[in-house]
Amino acid sequence: MSETGGAKKPKKVQGIVHVDRERCKGCGFCVEFCPTRALDLDSTYNAKGYHPPVLARPDDCNGCDLCGLYCPDFSIHGVMIKTNVA
Amino acid sequence: MSQVDTNPVKEYLRMDRMPSIWCPGCGIGTSVNCFARALTQAKVDLKKTTVVSGIGCSGRVSGYLELDSFHTTHGRAIPFATGLKLANPELNVVVYSGEGDLAAIGGNHLIHAARRNIDLLVICVNNFTYGMTGGQVSPTSPGGATYSTAPYGQFETPFNLPHLADSCGAVYVARWTTFHVRQLTKSIREAFGKKGFRFIEVISPCPTLYQRRNKLGDGLDAMKFYKEASVLKNGADTRELDIGFQSPIIVGSFVNRDRPSFIEAMNKRFTSVFGESYKPYPEGPSKAVQGC
Ligand SMILES: Cc1ncc(C[n+]2csc(CCOP(=O)(O)OP(=O)(O)O)c2C)c(N)n1
Ligand code: SF4
Ligand code: SF4
Ligand code: SF4
Repeated sequence: MSETGGAKKPKKVQGIVHVDRERCKGCGFCVEFCPTRALDLDSTYNAKGYHPPVLARPDDCNGCDLCGLYCPDFSIHGVMIKTNVA
Repeated sequence: MSQVDTNPVKEYLRMDRMPSIWCPGCGIGTSVNCFARALTQAKVDLKKTTVVSGIGCSGRVSGYLELDSFHTTHGRAIPFATGLKLANPELNVVVYSGEGDLAAIGGNHLIHAARRNIDLLVICVNNFTYGMTGGQVSPTSPGGATYSTAPYGQFETPFNLPHLADSCGAVYVARWTTFHVRQLTKSIREAFGKKGFRFIEVISPCPTLYQRRNKLGDGLDAMKFYKEASVLKNGADTRELDIGFQSPIIVGSFVNRDRPSFIEAMNKRFTSVFGESYKPYPEGPSKAVQGC
């Protein structure tokens, strides 16, 4: 994902996800196909007994929203929150 | 929660009806997600867009979309959609249904709508079974797989749907799986930019019936399988697109051609026969969207 080449530059984009825990059915698509592996399924349950995802490695999320595109229950989406490009 | 905490697809869905009836790991919702994003990206006029479904788990799609939508009887989505399009050519008409609905009971409508080049976009969710009614054999069920109606293994020759649509004259034909979310979204966008009969097959997991009966794991296992087993072949000869039990799946966009739509052909014929005295029937927009 990095376009920085050799020298270490500040991270360009930071993302965050929004999860609707109660609508999630715990299928794991978002966790499996997140390109930076930023998500895990939570150990806690929602009211229906499923394990919704959590942003386990927040630094790794770039807000690409691929998790949102994969989710069959419209219960997660990613957004970019910061851009450090000069 | 100061950032955008509203899901971008929310405005396209009837959120009051969520959660959907679809099982955990069912792929239908993922395809709808791609469809909703294609609507935004292609800047489709939602006021002029309608979705028609037949019956089945996939047929539920029309009920979840925040568009003018129709949930018709089993197999009859295409004739209903044909009527809509011919009565109001301004509309951008999408048929969204399962392979059982579209290719078994509705098979005749499918081939003739393609032959006549009716201006419809058909999205066919192929999960290799009748999900809603308990996992019976469908027209795409691969040989050797077991079903409630084929406990010793399915032995009929399945349809290769892209080949069927191509042979009947569809102007746009593609196949993706629910793993190919970006490609599927792009394909739907591309199809919105064309006029005539357009057919997109979406291979989708049915963990509850097809997979469980065949010991193929859950929805995520199916998605991982699609990732490994898919072979991208844009422009492939559609005769080569058969799918066997757990065989490689050829995906891509296969057909992209132009030929006169039903209304255009009718106008051309009647103008040549009746000359000036024939008032051409409105042909509708040349494509559903601008700039794509
Ligand atoms: C006239 C008629 N015949 C049979 C049925 C029963 N029926 C409902 S859905 C369905 C098959 C649906 O299969 P498919 O289109 O593949 O959708 P899926 O549920 O797999 O998404 C059948 C046979 C019906 N509703 N109406
Ligand atoms: S937004 Fe992208 S990087 Fe962040 S969790 Fe979702 S898929 Fe992963
Ligand atoms: S893809 Fe959606 S339903 Fe599946 S685990 Fe992630 S948030 Fe839950
Ligand atoms: S039965 Fe199969 S197709 Fe129907 S909702 Fe469940 S997983 Fe999806």
